[in-house]
Amino acid sequence: MHIIRNPRDVLSGLLFIVLALLFAWQTQELPMGTAVRMGPGFFPLLLAILLGGLGLIVLVNGLRFPGEMPSGIAWRALGIITFAVLFFGFAVRPLGFLPALAISVFVSALASRKFHVVTAFAITAAMAVFAWGVFIKGLGLPLPLLGPWLGGY
Amino acid sequence: MELFDNLALGFSVALSLQNILYCFLGVLLGTLIGVLPGLGPIATIAMLLPITFGLPPVSALIMLSGIYYGAQYGGSTTAILINLPGESSSVVTAIDGHQMARKGRAGAALATAALGSFFAGTVATFLLAVFAPPLADLALQFGPPEYFSLMVLGLIASVTLASGSVVKAIAMIVLGLLLGLSGQDIYTGAPRFTFDLPELSDGFDFVALAMGMFGISEIIRNLEDEHQRSLVAAKVKSLMLTKDEFKRIIGPVLRGTALGSFLGILPGGGAMLSSFASYSIEKKISKTPREFGRGAIEGVAGPESANNAGAQTSFIPMLTLGIPSNPVMALMIGALIIQGITPGPNVVTEKPDLFWGVIASMWIGNFMLVLLNLPLIGLWVRLLTVPYHVMFPAIIAFCCIGVYSVNNNTFDVYSMALFGVLGYALVKLDCEPAPLLLGFVIGPMLEEYLRRAMLISRGDPLVFVTRPISAILLGLALAALVVVLLPSVQKTREEAFKE
Repeated sequence: MHIIRNPRDVLSGLLFIVLALLFAWQTQELPMGTAVRMGPGFFPLLLAILLGGLGLIVLVNGLRFPGEMPSGIAWRALGIITFAVLFFGFAVRPLGFLPALAISVFVSALASRKFHVVTAFAITAAMAVFAWGVFIKGLGLPLPLLGPWLGGY
Repeated sequence: MELFDNLALGFSVALSLQNILYCFLGVLLGTLIGVLPGLGPIATIAMLLPITFGLPPVSALIMLSGIYYGAQYGGSTTAILINLPGESSSVVTAIDGHQMARKGRAGAALATAALGSFFAGTVATFLLAVFAPPLADLALQFGPPEYFSLMVLGLIASVTLASGSVVKAIAMIVLGLLLGLSGQDIYTGAPRFTFDLPELSDGFDFVALAMGMFGISEIIRNLEDEHQRSLVAAKVKSLMLTKDEFKRIIGPVLRGTALGSFLGILPGGGAMLSSFASYSIEKKISKTPREFGRGAIEGVAGPESANNAGAQTSFIPMLTLGIPSNPVMALMIGALIIQGITPGPNVVTEKPDLFWGVIASMWIGNFMLVLLNLPLIGLWVRLLTVPYHVMFPAIIAFCCIGVYSVNNNTFDVYSMALFGVLGYALVKLDCEPAPLLLGFVIGPMLEEYLRRAMLISRGDPLVFVTRPISAILLGLALAALVVVLLPSVQKTREEAFKE
């Protein structure tokens, strides 16, 4: 804790530097071209170097000036909601639109500390009906309601 | 008069049954999200983008703009009645507006907000109609170097006017630019930053990025701290202002309108900055500054006029130059590009129905808002009793459906989740995600103009300083950067945003 005075700045500086390195490494396969005829790698590499430099400034500032730790991270909400979104992406084809949506809504309701089974079911049912009415009937999105895993097409 | 011909064309477009309907839908939704805390215009517009793809471009833009300025109105209602600003731009309204409400003058505060906003909206719409076309004419003479410098100025200015660390904000812009460059290179077709994923050959999806960073991550942040909202809504008795109150608001409304109209044009300006600036000015020039914070009607009239004026005039750089001055305008540009329209000075001449139609619809929308807001206040307040833990799963459902329906591509859903996590991490590290979105939209344009400028100058980077307009623009950008990095300015800046 003596060296790292501002953990938020140190962490964001490191994040910027890592991302800059990642982008710079990705430009290595691209032709640079010349200043007159810039290749696809020229501008991105320039930006990556700039990002790395800025990251370094933020990092050094974080070592020099005091600041606070990032606080109150909602790990539970972060995990559950990310999972709910990923699940929708995974399930929308094999399970179909309605089951995927219903499960995602129910799962994301779990992210709140005020979760209650009855309300969660109510929200799920309401959202399923609403989404069916608005997106399928109303806007006519071509989404199969039930996927192949559930006997749909 | 050409202006009146143009406005007549605009009204004929905006008054078609379909467009009135979308305008109404826009301001209604805007008011709704303005009332509900924890759901901002950026997330809402991102969520609704996919729905507007099926609409004609005019209707789409009319609805999206309605959401933006509708949100400014709605935010003030809850700020006054229950001291809970629905939008960041109505934070200052809550200070004196709620005090007025506690003294039994809630109706007067609401009426002041509505009248001030309507007046400011009308003036700003008129300014837009008068000043946008000449600005577009000027922009038509711009070559690639001028455009490049203009974009640099826009990006730098947006950082210096925002809150928080300047270095971090610039880093976020650069990160946004890099993300915006992903996908096939337009000249050679070489895949860039695709990580060998075929889904990334068109780059990261704009909707997925916006929804992830501003929708999903915002929800996670709101779930950190779920406190019970105390709902003691003030009773609204009479909406009438006394003669004395009416006299007191004229000055602040005029000053707020002027200030907001000016700040809205500046990159990085817009509604929030305008309302803060107006409040501090009114407090400074007031003969009774001690009344501020205890229910001074000037503290409602000024900022409310300013934020609405700023919201409207921020359309000027977007419609005439194709350059977004804030993240909401970046989303509008994204919407136009998806509709197959390249935003820029050509829009005024090539798509007059779009340009004038949107301008006319703003005035109609502002008028609707006055009618919509004052009588329906009871309904809006009741909406606040919907608890957040019931609301947010629905928002997630909308995000999922929205992002999937753009391309029927599950990869976009996964990227939205990724950007949600990244957005949350960045917020926790005190890095504002808004500059990143600006960079993401501007990235491809910036690179194209840079390449073209270098091509015409035969690789001489001095082209940016030897051409006068470009040199002035870059000089302004440099000046903005130097000023904001001066230690004394940095200190007052921190104080200004704390207030």
